[in-house]
Amino acid sequence: MASEKWGSKLGVILAVTGSAVGLGNFLRFPGVACANGGGAFMIPYIIAFLIVGLPIAWVEWAMGRYGGKKGFSSAPGIFRAITGKDRSAQIGTLALIIPVIIYMWYVSIEAWCLGYAWKYWSGGMQTIVTAAQQAAPTDGKIDAGIQAVQNYLLHFAGIVPENENTASGNFRILRQFTQGSLPFLLFCFTINFILIYRGINKGIEWFCRWAMPALLFCALLILVRVLTLGTPNPANPDASILNGLGFMWNPVGHNLIDGGLVQVSFWEALSRPQTWLAAAGQIFFSLSVGFGIIMTYASYTKKEDDIALSSVSAASGNGFFEVALGGMIVIPAAFIFLGPESIISAGEKASSLSLGFLALPGVFEYMPAGHFFGGLFFFLLFIAAITSSLSMLQPAIAFLEEGLDLSRQAAVTLLGFITAIGALFVSLMSHGLTVLDHLDFWTGNFCIYLLATIEVIFFSYVMGLDRGLKELASGAEMKLPKILPFVLKYITPLFLLIIFGWWLKDQVFSNGPYIQALQSDPTVQLTVGFIIITTLFFSLLVHIAVRRWNKIEATPQEESP
Amino acid sequence: MSPTGWIIMLTSVFGMTALFSWCIFKVLTHKDASDQIHSPADIDPHDQDD
Repeated sequence: MASEKWGSKLGVILAVTGSAVGLGNFLRFPGVACANGGGAFMIPYIIAFLIVGLPIAWVEWAMGRYGGKKGFSSAPGIFRAITGKDRSAQIGTLALIIPVIIYMWYVSIEAWCLGYAWKYWSGGMQTIVTAAQQAAPTDGKIDAGIQAVQNYLLHFAGIVPENENTASGNFRILRQFTQGSLPFLLFCFTINFILIYRGINKGIEWFCRWAMPALLFCALLILVRVLTLGTPNPANPDASILNGLGFMWNPVGHNLIDGGLVQVSFWEALSRPQTWLAAAGQIFFSLSVGFGIIMTYASYTKKEDDIALSSVSAASGNGFFEVALGGMIVIPAAFIFLGPESIISAGEKASSLSLGFLALPGVFEYMPAGHFFGGLFFFLLFIAAITSSLSMLQPAIAFLEEGLDLSRQAAVTLLGFITAIGALFVSLMSHGLTVLDHLDFWTGNFCIYLLATIEVIFFSYVMGLDRGLKELASGAEMKLPKILPFVLKYITPLFLLIIFGWWLKDQVFSNGPYIQALQSDPTVQLTVGFIIITTLFFSLLVHIAVRRWNKIEATPQEESP
Repeated sequence: MSPTGWIIMLTSVFGMTALFSWCIFKVLTHKDASDQIHSPADIDPHDQDD
């Protein structure tokens, strides 16, 4: 059995829910829903939840606990334990590099969230706004304030170099980085690694036990503020909270065509493959399936735990934060203060960053007590982000400990060094967010689709449904649906292959912008090179770990890893 | 906000909230198998009260 264990059933559910709840719940979901049919989007969303999200989550939970019983918590060890073949361990390399590389850019965004919250609450943002408004004409004071806030945020993140004409590119960004987000990045790094060092029970579970209720409390406070906005500007009665909710939930989609808003009917939205693809993608990224994280977390459960129920609990917890809170906050507020065009523009690009970090600060400039709620909103995003980033480190820590026999201290130090290189790479090359964007595309999209597809096929056809479902049902009070074997064997793999194929056709084989950039942009080539080197490095470590496991298994008197 | 919009919003929000609440209730009230196994010390021999 894996040496570490969760302290309680509620603890593991809070930790897995915390891993899944992130920026995507509050920013990506509402934007994508609005751009793909509004309320009509909920139909493909729920279908994708039932035939993709939940089955893959069950697959990861069952494989994880099966591996945990054999003494493994990392994906390479789990895949090898299931098949008994050494080469299966290399599949697990994907489940190591995905969370590690995503962590490298995710922690930067986490630092921005904390930095923005600090700036709002410490009065720094008010100083910036006041200075800009004093220099502006009377009728343009609010716009001047918004512009000043947005400029500050861009400079803080190092996205747009300050003083374009006075210094050269890299030094500008370096200076902005050290004066802006670096202290917050260091703080986030330190917190993440201290909690990981403390372990599953005293670190991750302990933190999620207070962070998740705090996240709920912050979200409810903001929700009450948004729902009581009414019609802030009587001169513009259309900009009301009811119309904002209608824009999110009415079964009518919206598209931007030549800068104008065009309505899409309920049936037209549902007949578009793009809507179904967007729903599957949202479920996929939101539930954190296909990352390999759930597998590692599940390996620490006990054999008598009801993992089927835990899985549904974590998935529904994620859905609750996404639909009941995320779907009620951002769009209605942005609709009232910014208008529908800016929402659709962000949603069509699935651009949670521009909606959250550029559009919403504008909302807080108009909103009564906006700077308090601005700070609270970014603090909420920070908590959501840190519970996710923590979970991204654990698979690699588990692997370094059990695969290379490193102590916790050594594993944390080595992983800290690797991720620090990546995070600095992302931060120092942050102009235009090119590195972040392409790391996300190749690992956060391509590799996740690939791993999830492999996992489901592996579970159904290599591990075998009998063995897998027996593991899932072991200790379960909850009855699994009778149709589940059929869904796992045919429906989910087929659905995944279709959406993965569609995604490849759409993004890769049609020579889309990411492929074009790979052919011509040196920064993108450097980014992809970085991913390849990281993958090869972890693949080598997996090879070394397999040799070590073989040696241990050949000498029965020694302890298992 | 149209009537259909209200229906979709309320069904989605309350559906997700109800599902999550039901799961948490089941988790908190589910007895561990180990809790249901009684050791000899758990057996109350009433005849020894005196």
